[in-house]
Amino acid sequence: MTAQEILFQYCLRMGDTHNVLAHRMGEWCTNGHILEEDIAMTNIALDHIGTSRAWLIYGGDVEGKGRTEDDLAFHRDERSYFNMLITELPNGNFADTIARNFMFDAFALLYYSELANSSDETLAGIAQKAIKEAKYHLKHSSNWMVRLGDGTEESHQKMQIAINEVWRFTGNMFEMDDIDQNLADAGIGVDCEKLKDAWMSTIVNTLKDATLTIPENNYMLTGSKKGVHTEALGHMLAEMQSLARAYPDAKW
Amino acid sequence: MTEEQLEKNFQDRIDAEQKIEPREWMPEKYRKHLIRQISQHAHSEVIGMQPEGNWITRAPSMRAKMVLMAKVQDEAGHGLYLYSACETLGINRDELVEQLHTGKAKYASIFNYPTLNWADMGAVGWLVDGAAIVNQVSLQRTSYGPYARGMVKICKEESFHQRQGYEIIAAMAKGTPQQKEMAQDALNRFWWPSLMMFGPHDSDSPNSGNAIKWKIKRESNDVLRQRFIDKTIQQAELIGLTVPDEDLKWNEERQSYDWGEIDWDEFYEVINGNGLANRQRVAQHKKAHDQGAWVREAAKAYAVKQKNKEVLV
Repeated sequence: MTAQEILFQYCLRMGDTHNVLAHRMGEWCTNGHILEEDIAMTNIALDHIGTSRAWLIYGGDVEGKGRTEDDLAFHRDERSYFNMLITELPNGNFADTIARNFMFDAFALLYYSELANSSDETLAGIAQKAIKEAKYHLKHSSNWMVRLGDGTEESHQKMQIAINEVWRFTGNMFEMDDIDQNLADAGIGVDCEKLKDAWMSTIVNTLKDATLTIPENNYMLTGSKKGVHTEALGHMLAEMQSLARAYPDAKW
Repeated sequence: MTEEQLEKNFQDRIDAEQKIEPREWMPEKYRKHLIRQISQHAHSEVIGMQPEGNWITRAPSMRAKMVLMAKVQDEAGHGLYLYSACETLGINRDELVEQLHTGKAKYASIFNYPTLNWADMGAVGWLVDGAAIVNQVSLQRTSYGPYARGMVKICKEESFHQRQGYEIIAAMAKGTPQQKEMAQDALNRFWWPSLMMFGPHDSDSPNSGNAIKWKIKRESNDVLRQRFIDKTIQQAELIGLTVPDEDLKWNEERQSYDWGEIDWDEFYEVINGNGLANRQRVAQHKKAHDQGAWVREAAKAYAVKQKNKEVLV
């Protein structure tokens, strides 16, 4: 792979990750338990779609074949999508969404704090904006972790089940393959392995406040970097891409 | 002061264009009228999130998706301002939501029409928000302070939405033949229901009498409707779409358009629950509310625990 191809692939991974999570958060619209939360979740969706656009536009530039953010977002199948598995998990109940987002938000804040030092100016710029947003997202999700974990018996149970379910998808966020290693070595990308301890301490502290426990099962699922996903992603893309694909010549 | 004197003072203040504020004396009927109108307005914003929310997961471009989500989020924000304005009249949001679910409170009937293609995202912004603005601009001068101030804020965002909607439908009208067909179809389906948004003709409008006297309502249904028609026809022509009204004609003398007649049977049928989406809209709201009950309970329980901890410290 050329340096250009490596960077392109890296942009797709992060662009897809935020696009897919934005889509999930968009699905909450009109489904929140209270109007304020509908607004908060749409806000988060908007942040993620903004970040995704930045990555995909840059990816298209790097690739140099004239593909736009929309070509990349709407005209690739699930086997060519490289989002982190955790982001495609269906919303489930509110606890499931909060558990998923919390695990990712804690990662994202650490990740972007590192990426802000990237020698690639565009990536550093994306990171600086994303840090602010990730801080807010993490605040939102960790506050809910604690409220639900230490709320009622029912919410405690739901929150614990949600954490147990999402846990096996967290390892995927820290995986490093040759592409990641290459960019980390070049000072462009982030060495995610190195984020794991700090991430774990965020998780441990918040779960403690939330009176919740860390799951014992440590088997971690993988696949996203090769375009292997849960079945949920195909359904999401079928819906997301339906209109754009039905009228490929149309401009909206 | 006797009730009569209070009422006279109240009317004098209204006539002098002074705003009525929450803690001041007001006739019970004024308060009730406002609760009904403001809550209906709030519910309309919130239920109005659904027909547009219906297309968030299928928006055809990243930009389109972002704009649509931002718009739906604005509607939620308008709902919040309006619920707050309504709460100043001595009713709480739980009661208002309950009234929505039981059908006691209404919302704008336009949202009982389904959104069936992407051009509908344009038509809703252009026509539905466009009609709403005509009404809301007028309401910026309404006599109740919190409502008038809420309207000022809301109008700014609504006129932005209207331009966004027009941008969507204009792009489609200039696009491929299928896009143009969708744009015309959206206009065909939303034109008459948009005109219905202004309510019955003045001669048949049961709530207008006091509302005009109290300056809650500043202009009549028919005046507002005509204003909307006059400003919208040219916008349709400009992008090559045809307004579905065979009687539409410029009236040189009146400097205004003559137009056909609204199908009032349809209007009353839809208001009374027989639109394609009535049941779905309320059911969806109720479902989200009911499914979230455990979350609200947990948040409350957590807050109580925190308070108790503070007391112990």
